[in-house]
Amino acid sequence: MDFQIALILGQDGITNGAIYALLALALVLVFAVTRVIFIPQGEFVAYGALTLAMVGNGVLPATVWLLLGAGVVVAVLDGMAALRAGQSKRLIAIMAVNLAYPLALLGLLKAMPLAELALALQVLVALLIVVPLGPMMYRIVYQPIAEAPVLVLLIVSVAAHLAMVGLGLLFFGAEGYRTPAFSDARFEVGPMTVTGQTVWVVMSSLVLIVALALFFGRTIYGKALRATAINRNGARLMGISPALAGKLTFFLAALIGTLSGVLISPITTIYYDSGFLIGLKGFVAAIIGGLASYPIAAGGAILVGLLEAFSSFWASAYKEVIVFTLIIPVLVWRSLTSHHMEEEE
Amino acid sequence: MGAHNEVSRAVLEVSNLTVHYGKVEALSNASIKVGEGQIVTVIGPNGAGKTTMLSAVMGMLASKGQVGFDGQIEGVPEVERMVARGMNLVPEKRELFGEMSVEDNLVLGAFQRYRMGKRDHGDTMEEVYALFPRLKERRAQLAGTLSGGERQMLAVGRALMAKPKLLMLDEPSLGLAPLIVREIFRIISELRRRGVSILLVEQNARAALQVADYAYVLETGAIAMEGPAHMLADDPRVIEAYLGLGGKHQDMLAG
Repeated sequence: MDFQIALILGQDGITNGAIYALLALALVLVFAVTRVIFIPQGEFVAYGALTLAMVGNGVLPATVWLLLGAGVVVAVLDGMAALRAGQSKRLIAIMAVNLAYPLALLGLLKAMPLAELALALQVLVALLIVVPLGPMMYRIVYQPIAEAPVLVLLIVSVAAHLAMVGLGLLFFGAEGYRTPAFSDARFEVGPMTVTGQTVWVVMSSLVLIVALALFFGRTIYGKALRATAINRNGARLMGISPALAGKLTFFLAALIGTLSGVLISPITTIYYDSGFLIGLKGFVAAIIGGLASYPIAAGGAILVGLLEAFSSFWASAYKEVIVFTLIIPVLVWRSLTSHHMEEEE
Repeated sequence: MGAHNEVSRAVLEVSNLTVHYGKVEALSNASIKVGEGQIVTVIGPNGAGKTTMLSAVMGMLASKGQVGFDGQIEGVPEVERMVARGMNLVPEKRELFGEMSVEDNLVLGAFQRYRMGKRDHGDTMEEVYALFPRLKERRAQLAGTLSGGERQMLAVGRALMAKPKLLMLDEPSLGLAPLIVREIFRIISELRRRGVSILLVEQNARAALQVADYAYVLETGAIAMEGPAHMLADDPRVIEAYLGLGGKHQDMLAG
């Protein structure tokens, strides 16, 4: 391997690593606030990429039906809860968010010539469809069992993941898609050629990470999520309900997942079940950060990306094995260095 | 005792509150009342059910019975709703956000008001800082690095950020040095002067009875005695069980 190839692999590794970093941040966030190990994170990547691909092909994305269906279920659940609590005034807001919004979006999409939209608008459409599925998923799947032990939440996550993969096959078919690159520009940096898509991925990841840092550091809602992660009871006593924190967290996770899918789909062909492996690599990075530290998780993600790129050159048949084997020394190292923490209450 | 807390307007009216931990009844048919602008204290030994009662009133624990708050009855109180309606609990464990700054802790105290569109937390924070100048000095420090007394001040300050109609304090003097205890009780009186109604749960019966208007004695999950605080303080049974000897020393500290 010469220097030239190392540079290309390094560039690949950093590009993928930037996306794994986003996913790792989402996983750490979801776990810290809700104690859910969010295995379906990867499905949001696939749904985002494939929804964008369908929009690009001028087909009405089938995910909009999922949005409508999930909206109906949430409306029924929340509507009944509001009636039981005697807060019938909330019904209108519940209907507007969960029924009127998907219906309006469906009507709009049917009326628009999807294939002729600018790429940025197509991306926006994909976000509008897929991101609301996050909070709806929290409401339907996790909110009823929010107090359950971590293991139960994990098993439910596996179930949600399998369900979403199955639905993905139904919606998108078994065929893989690649979406057009955001930019065809090429930059010569010394001996290396940097593609426009690489710049897009790395810059978007950085912008998103800075935006998240500002959200958590400066806004009261961001602080409320941190507070929930630090002390659930204390947060409840401030009126920060676990349900609100959960929905907000899942909104962010879905947003990050969908954006990651949109960013990665011009680089790799995405199939209905590709999300799992991508999400799992984010998970390896999150584990390196102990499911707690954001900077270490982001650094770990770059490491995972680089390892993947170089192992695909040297031993491409074993590249997944090598990446996932990384978790073993990490776990050994963590179990030796970290003192065991008693689970609170 | 046939006494009743006669008040013109009750902020909190709890009737027949019962809490079970599994099969064990931790609180049975407790009824208490807090009038507007009153300090009411619940004293009693360890394990009598004092903290259980506050948690149930707040909605942190499932309970049977009725909780009337601010003229509206809640069958099953729900924490977020109670906070939104102006009830605030400073729990025994403080439950601060240790890895966040003092100022962020305070801001979050106003979260529910912020959500309801009342964005005046800047002014409220100045009021809290005026009450606890120490917190202002430490505003940028992480809450987890504060001393015990400062943590208690922060817990009370954070609750005040919600501008509560009723402030419930669970053992505010627990684990604090005597001089800090005196400071905390001085602030409790000051809060009443500002129109906050207070329900105070305390093991430090002497200090609690001195500052309160009305008092309940909770023993093994049931209200055993009640009456105006100054009368209970003179009651021989209370003196024997809760005030005891060495009182002069405690008197001085509580004063």
